[in-house]
Parts: sequence; C-alpha cells; structure tokens
Amino acid sequence: MTVTALVFYLFAAITVASGFMVISARNPVHSVLFLILAFFNAAGLFLLLGAEFLAMILVIVYVGAVAVLFLFVVMMLDVNFVELRQGFLQYLPVGALIGLILLVELLLVFGSWSVLPEAGNLAAARAPDAATLSNTDALGRILYTQYLLPFQAAGAILLVAMIGAIVLTLRSRPGVKRQKISDQVTRTMETAVEVKKVQPGQGI
Amino acid sequence: MTSSLSTDLVLILPEIILAAGAMALLVLGAFRGEGSAGLVRFGAFGLLIAVLILTACAGTGEKVLGFNDMLVVDGFGSFMKVLVLIGALVAIPMSVDFFRRAATDRFEYPVLILLATVGMMLMISANDLITLYVGLELQSLALYVLAAFLRDDVRSTEAGLKYFVLGALSSGMLLYGCSLIYGFSGTTNFTDLAAGIASLEGQGAGIGLVVGIVFLVAGLAFKVSAVPFHMWTPDVYEGSPTPVTAFFAAAPKVAAMALFLRALTVPFGEIAAQWQQIIIFVSIASMLLGAFAAIGQTNMKRLLAYSSIGHVGYALVGLAAGGEEGIRGVLVYMAIYLVMTLGTFGVLLVMRKDGKAVETIQDFAGLGRSHPWLAFVMAAFMFSLAGIPPLAGFFAKFYVFISAIEQGLYVLSVIGMLASVVSAFYYLRVVKIMYFDAPEGAPLELPFPLASRVVVGVTGFLTVLYFVVPAPLVTAAGAAAKTLLP
Repeated sequence: MTVTALVFYLFAAITVASGFMVISARNPVHSVLFLILAFFNAAGLFLLLGAEFLAMILVIVYVGAVAVLFLFVVMMLDVNFVELRQGFLQYLPVGALIGLILLVELLLVFGSWSVLPEAGNLAAARAPDAATLSNTDALGRILYTQYLLPFQAAGAILLVAMIGAIVLTLRSRPGVKRQKISDQVTRTMETAVEVKKVQPGQGI
Repeated sequence: MTSSLSTDLVLILPEIILAAGAMALLVLGAFRGEGSAGLVRFGAFGLLIAVLILTACAGTGEKVLGFNDMLVVDGFGSFMKVLVLIGALVAIPMSVDFFRRAATDRFEYPVLILLATVGMMLMISANDLITLYVGLELQSLALYVLAAFLRDDVRSTEAGLKYFVLGALSSGMLLYGCSLIYGFSGTTNFTDLAAGIASLEGQGAGIGLVVGIVFLVAGLAFKVSAVPFHMWTPDVYEGSPTPVTAFFAAAPKVAAMALFLRALTVPFGEIAAQWQQIIIFVSIASMLLGAFAAIGQTNMKRLLAYSSIGHVGYALVGLAAGGEEGIRGVLVYMAIYLVMTLGTFGVLLVMRKDGKAVETIQDFAGLGRSHPWLAFVMAAFMFSLAGIPPLAGFFAKFYVFISAIEQGLYVLSVIGMLASVVSAFYYLRVVKIMYFDAPEGAPLELPFPLASRVVVGVTGFLTVLYFVVPAPLVTAAGAAAKTLLP
C-alpha cells in the first residue's frame, strides 16, 4: 500500500511540476517537452487507477500525435514568445488573486462534499462489470452500444472541423500548371507537331 | 432498456436525414467545384423543408426516450425543433444575394448550416449531459466557421476568432460543471439525475452539485448570450456577414434556450430554489443591459445584438417563474422573437447603398418617404420588439410576465417592464429617423433581393396580424410545455 502511495505522489508531483514548467519555460520547445513529461506521468496515474486503456491512449494519442504536432508547430511557426509574454508580470497579481479565490472556493466545496446517496447505484447501473472485463472490452461495449449516439455525433464534429479548416484556408490559385493525363493522351500528331519548311539561310 | 436500435433510429430520423443529406451535398459540391453553390443550396433548402414537415407532423408529442435514455423526443423538443428549422430554412435563401455580391458564393455555407442544425436538434433532444455537450459543440463549431465565412474581411475573421476563443472558454466551464455534477451524482443522465435528486427528499443538495449547476448555467448563459456572459455578442454580430448574423440571432438562440429549459427543469426541477435566484439575476441583468447599452449604438447590427441580449432576459423571466405557465411563456416568446428577428434582419439585407450593405441607423433616414412599405414593415418590427400592443412582441412579453406575476416574482416583473420602457427609446428612435429625418446619401439599390423581400413580407404579416389569431401558437406552446414537465 505504501508503495502505491509513494508511486502516486511521485507521479502526481512530477505532473504538477512539469505542468508548471510548461507555462514558465523560456524556450517553447522545452515547454512542449515538459508537456510530454506531464502526459507520461498522467498516464502513470491512470495505470495506478487500473485504467490501463486510458493510460495507453494518452501516450499514443497525446504524446505520439498531439504533442509531436505541437512540436512541429512551435518549430515551424516563428512565434516570438518573449513578446507574447510581455505584460505577464503586469497581469500576474490580478490573475493570481482570482486563481487564489477560486482555489479557496473549490477547497471549501470539496471540504463539504456530500455525494448523492444513490450515486454508487446510478454509476453502476450504466457501466459494465469492471471485475469480469478488461478495460478495453468494457469501454468498447458501452461506446458502441450505450453511447452510440454521442460517438457518431463526435464523428460529425470532426467532419465540421475539417470542413471549417478547408473553408477558411483553402485558396484555389489561378495559373497553377497541373498534369492533365486525358489531354496528354488525346494529343495527336496533328495537334502536337507542326512541320515547317525552312528555306536555307532564312530561319523561321 | 428494451428499445432496439431500429426504433432508436426512427426517433432521430430527421437528424439522420439532415446529416446524411449534408454529407451528400458536401460530396456533390466537392466534385462539381465552385459553380455548384446554387445546386447545393437548392438541395439543402429542400432537405430542410422535408425535415420541417417530418418534425412537425411526426410524433404524438408524447415523451419517448431512446439510445439508452441519451435522447428524448417529446412535444417540447418538436416545437423547438420546428422553430430552429424555420430559422435555418430562412438563413439559406436570405444569404444568396449577400454572398454573391461579396463574391463568396460557396457551397459550404448551406452544408455548414445543415450540420449546425443537426447539432441544434441534438441539443434540443439531449437527455444526457454528454449528448448535450456533443450537440452543443457540433452547433458551435459550425457557427465559428460561419462567423468567419468572409475570410478576406478583417471584421469577419475577427468575429470568428473572438467567438471561437470565448466559445471554447464557455465550453470549458460547462464541462467543468458537468464533471462536478457527475462527481456528485455518479450519472450524467437527466432521468437518473432527477431520480437521484428526488431520493434526497428535500434534504438539500450538496454544495458540490450547486457549484456544478452554477458552472453549467454559466456555460449555457454564454450560448444564449445572457449577461454577464454577453460580451462577445455585439462584436460577433457586427463582424459576421449579415445573413450569418440573422441566423445567429434566430436559430442557435432558440436551441440554446431549449437546452437551458430542459437542462434545468428536467434533472434539477426538484431543487429549483437553488438555481432560480441565479436565473432571476441573469434575467434582470440581461434586461437592464439590453435596455441601456443599446441606447448609444449607431450600428444597426450592434443595436440588434444588444436588443437580443435584452430579449433573452425577458425569455428567462419565464424560466425563473417555472412551471407550465412559465415554460409556455418562454416557448411563445422564442417563437415570436424568431419571427421578429428574422424580419428585422431581412430588412437589413434588403437595403443596400453605394454597393454596400446598410449598417448604420442613419442609413434609414427618409425611408418613410422613399420606400413607404419597407419603412412601415420596419416600424412594425421596431414597435413589436419594443413590445407595444397590438403587435406580436407585446403578446410575447405578456405571457412571460403573467407567469412571473402568478409566481409572485413582482420585483422581477416590475424591473422587466421598466427595462422594456427604456428599450422602447432606441427602437422608436429608428422609427423617428425613418419617418422624420431627411434622406441622406445615395438612394437604395433596386431591385431588392427577392428572397429577403419574401422573408420581410411574411414575417411582417405575422408580426402585425398575430393578434387576430393568437390561439394556435399559445395552444401549441402550452401542449409542448406540458410534455417537458414530469
């Protein structure tokens, strides 16, 4: 038990510390690398909870795809982060005050946290039996049955995102030379070759 | 849990038709290239009409749950869906002339309107926090793109970006609220939540649940642009292309208001006392801000943005009152508001001067002399928005305030009436400028676009002559309100 607790605190502490470093690192590339570290530690926390599927998805999707994409964006776009961060100190006191108030309020909420007496039953009623199934199996079962509608709607959201990106950025440029295979194939000797009789010493 | 997939699919047949149709039209547009806008628009228009008829006629109005209680189809939902579909239906032909002149007549516009409509219909039918969120995002994402549709126009892109950033923030708040509610109750389902809260038997909800509801309300208030989450509205309304603004002011507001009603009354109806005071505050603040902030506006779109904030405040009076009467009031309000708003934006879309769309109030000067009919209809819309009898807008306010007074919310009602008197100032100023100021600048471009003219005519007719037969709308709204409550 103590080992689990120790591992938990290790993962949690590194997650929080790297989260802090994401926003405070001077070099944006370092920020992204700290973000990846935070993802890995969050995956570790998921493992401790017994949610191995989420842990793997976090590593594969967030570290493997999203964070690498971030890294590309940060490296390719020449954003001046020093300039962006100007005014940071100016807004710090107000921001810190609001954050502090929110933190205190949330602590008060969690201090007097009372859960609905029915909560356990309600949660269990719609979830598959975790003891007999693996994570992946359980998620798959409810994702494609009970949550079919939101799952499909989420697909529609991705479609809208794709349409939006194309609508807002795609421009058809005039004068771009493209290969038209049908035109090339249908060329005959008459349309392609012109025979000129050149008089000696005259040129065309 | 005995419902099979086939019965579930029949429940969302309208949504499926719209979504599949949107994808088919998208493929058609992508293959036929830029010249296909007219065809896609025609297809989208036909689809919306078909779905409108299907939604209006199908269903007995009884409450049917589907998709493992993720979705609910009832009379309330059908009523709101019909309103949303009318808003979407009008938005497509009204845009033709505007986008053609702006040289952005693209086939994606009707496709995005269709997908946004699917999102709104999902929002209205949501019986689960997850369906609610997914529908909301489907709608919002399409709207962000529509706001920035004139991508070479600085104001339009700015509007899109502002809407996107603030919308993402509000979605974050909404999700945080949802997670708190889930943490408190162990479920995201409205039916289960209602059952769980009923089992408390008046012991009072935990503070965690109340904080969750507060965040949920904050997210929803953003979507209906109620004070204090209204800041994006004037900028987005001003910057977006006018047909898109007309759509924003009509359909998404109705859908978000439906969501507001369902998400508060169905799962949290038992603890209404916990959220009623928040709604009262939001309502009063919206009415007052809508009344006072619009006074200084000279841009017609900004003025209408503030006016819409005010109208959301009035509609929320009905929600604060609660009960069947209150909900009926909100439904009537949204129906009449939809008609008035579409008509007012129709007038804006009809008028063009010097090759540009009319935007400032001064452009209306002398309209009473040059185009008496247009000025008459516009004056009718302005009087109606101000809530002056016997126009439709008066009845809208009448029903919500009656319900509030019956519930003993006297302070709310009095403030609402006073705010409505203040707001009459800026509505009547438009009328005064139209009839008593000398014409300025170039005359209006003729001929007026046909689609907008038809919209203005029909909405004007409904607004002016609503008082002759008010019963059908009120009866339909009453029947719809009955199905929302357990």
